Amino acid sequence: MTGLETTVAILVSILGAGTPLVFAALGELIAERSGVLNLGVEGMMLVGAVCGFIAAAETGSPVAAVIVGVLAGAGMALIFGVLTLTLMANQVATGLALTIFGIGVSAYIGIDYTSVALPSISPVHIPGLSDLPLIGPLLFSLDPLIYLSFAALAGVSWFLYRSRAGLVLRGVGESPESAHAIGYPVIRIRYAAVLFGGAMAGLGGVYLSVAYTPMWVEGMTAGRGWIALALVVFATWRPARVLIGAYLFGGVTIVQFHLQGAGVEVAPQLLSMLPYLATIAVLVVISRDINTIRLNSPASLGKTYHPDAH
Amino acid sequence: MKLNVKALLTIAVVVIVALVGVIVYQQLQLSEAQKQIAKLEAPVAKLRVGFVYVSPIGDAGWTYQHDRARKVMEKALGARVETKYVENVPEGAEATRVIRELAASGYKLIFTTSFGYMNPTIKVAKQFPDTFFEHNSGYKRAKNVSTYLARFYEGRYLTGIVAGKMTKSNVIGYVAAFPIPEVVRGINAFTMGLRSVNPAAEVKVIWVNSWFDPGREREAADALIAQGADIVTHHTDSTATTLAAEEAGVFSIGYHSDMSKYGANAHLTASTHDWSAYYIKRVNDVLDGAWKSEDVWWGIKDGMVKLARLNPAVPKAVADLVAERKQAIAAGTLHPFAGPVRSQDGEVRVPAGQTMADEELLRMDWYVEGVLGKLPK
Repeated sequence: MTGLETTVAILVSILGAGTPLVFAALGELIAERSGVLNLGVEGMMLVGAVCGFIAAAETGSPVAAVIVGVLAGAGMALIFGVLTLTLMANQVATGLALTIFGIGVSAYIGIDYTSVALPSISPVHIPGLSDLPLIGPLLFSLDPLIYLSFAALAGVSWFLYRSRAGLVLRGVGESPESAHAIGYPVIRIRYAAVLFGGAMAGLGGVYLSVAYTPMWVEGMTAGRGWIALALVVFATWRPARVLIGAYLFGGVTIVQFHLQGAGVEVAPQLLSMLPYLATIAVLVVISRDINTIRLNSPASLGKTYHPDAH
Repeated sequence: MKLNVKALLTIAVVVIVALVGVIVYQQLQLSEAQKQIAKLEAPVAKLRVGFVYVSPIGDAGWTYQHDRARKVMEKALGARVETKYVENVPEGAEATRVIRELAASGYKLIFTTSFGYMNPTIKVAKQFPDTFFEHNSGYKRAKNVSTYLARFYEGRYLTGIVAGKMTKSNVIGYVAAFPIPEVVRGINAFTMGLRSVNPAAEVKVIWVNSWFDPGREREAADALIAQGADIVTHHTDSTATTLAAEEAGVFSIGYHSDMSKYGANAHLTASTHDWSAYYIKRVNDVLDGAWKSEDVWWGIKDGMVKLARLNPAVPKAVADLVAERKQAIAAGTLHPFAGPVRSQDGEVRVPAGQTMADEELLRMDWYVEGVLGKLPK
C-alpha cells in the first residue's frame, strides 16, 4: 500500500472516530450556549446507544435506530431539564448523577441484547464521485451518519450566528435576567437547548452502537462523553472548532495506532492524556484575563436561573 | 447564601433519594435470595455448585465460555447437582460478599472465574474450610482452594498455522490489550505457528491498553488493515476486530468464542476454551470424596483448548495440516515452543531439541522472531 493510500485510510478512520464526538459536542455546545452545563453526556450517549441498537435489532432499520436513539437521548435530557430548570437542582451534581444513572440504566435495558449481531450500515457511494482517486474514498463514500454530522455542523453554525433564534439563545446564555426582562421565556428556551443536547448525544451513541461498531455492550462509549465535554471548552464554544477538535481528539488514537503498527515507539498512555491536556491549556489561555474568558464562555454557564428572584 | 443552602438541600435530596433507591433494591434482591435459599433448603442430597462471573454472560467471550461449560456439566450430572451463577460481579470487596453468600447458603463447590477473585476466594475459603473452591487463572492455593487455567497458547499456535497458510500479504495484525505474560505468550505462540508454515510472514501488534473498548479495538484493526495486514486477530474481549475485518473484506481469527456470526466471510477460525470436561471432573471428585487441591493447566489434550469451526474458505489441505498438528500437540510430540526458539534480536532462547519450561512460559516478557515492533515495558 502506498503512502498516499495509507494517509487516506488514516483520514477516513479519523472521520469515523471523530463523528460521535462531533454529534455529542455540538449538542452540548448548544446547551452550554444557553447557560446550562450538562455533565450527563456520557450517560445520555449510552442510553441513546442501547435504545438505538435495540431498535435496529428489532426492526433492522438504521433510520428507526437513529430516531429511537435521538428520542432516548432527549428523554434523558428531559429528566435533567426537569431537575435543574424546573426544580432548580444544582447542574453539576445533577449532570454527574445523570451519567451514573445512564451507565446503569443502559446496562439494564441492554441485558438481552448484549452481543447480538447486527448487519452494518453500508456506506453511501455517490456514483461517479466515489471512484475518484483519493477524494473519492475520503469524501464521497462515507457512512451516511458522517454526512449527517457535517449537516449538523452547518445547521448549528447557521442557527447560532445567522438566525434570530440563535441570537436569543446566546442572549439567554449571556444574561438570562436581561432576556427575561425583554420578555423571552428563559426556562423554555433552556429546555429546548438541553433537549437538543440530549438528542445529539443520543445520536452520537447510536453512531457508535449501530454504525461504528455494530454491537451493544455495557459502557461501550468508554469515556467519549467526557471527551465531548472537554471538546466544547477546547473549542471555546465555537461549532467549527468543535469539528476540528473532534478530529484532533479522535485522530490522536488513530495516529498512535498507525505509529505502533509501523514500529514507532510512543507511550499510548501519554497520547490518551492529550485531549485533556489540550483542554486545560485552552482553559488556562482563555481564563488568563477577564476579557478573554468573557468573550468566550457563556456568562451564565452553570448558574441556576430563578425567574422569580428578579 | 440563600442560594447555596438551596443548592445543598437539593444535592442532599438527590443523594438521599439515590441511597433509598439502592437500599430498597438491595433489600428486594436479598429477600429474593432468601426465598431461593429457602427453596433450596428442601432436604435433597444434591451437590450445590456455585459460579461467580466477572461480566455479563452475553453471547461470546470469556464469561460466555464458562457459562456454556456450567450448562454442559449440569446436563451431564443431571439430578446429582444443582448450579447457580452470579454474573457481573466486580473484583474486590463485592466479590468477597458474593462468594461468602454462596458458601453460607450451602454451595459446596464454588468456581470463581476471574483473576481478581484470587484474594477474595482465599479469604472466604479460610472461613469455610468444608467448602471447596476453584479459582481460575490465579496462583494462590490452599487446602480447599485449587487453581485452574488453560494452555491457550496451544490454540494460538494452531490459529497461527491457519493464518500462515491463508495470508497473501504476509502481514498479520494482532490487536492486544495489555503487555502482560499471558498476552505476550499468545502473540509468540501465534507467531511460532505462523512461521512454522510460512517463514516470510510477520506479525504487527497494536496495544490498545484496554480489555474492552470496541471503538479502539476497531480503530486498531483498521490501522493494521491499512498497513497491509490481510488477517487480523486479537487478544481483547469484544468482537470489534472481526467486525472491522468483515467490513474491510479481509480475514479475522477470533478469541474466546466462535465469533463467526459477526463475520461470516471474515472469520477463519477462533481459539476457544471449553471448561466443561474440567467442571464435570471436579464435581465428580467432590461427589466421590476424592477432591484434592491442585494446580491444573490443561490444553488441547484434555479438550480445554479448542479450535472453532474452520471457514469454508480454508482449503482441505490446510484443515488436514491443522488437524495433524493438533493431534501431535495432544499426543505430546509437538510443543509450540519447541527449540530452536529465537527472540527478536536473534538470540536463541530455547536450543533445538528442547522445549520451553512452564515457568519460562508463565513469565514470558519478550517477543519471538517474526513479531515486529518493540514490546512496551
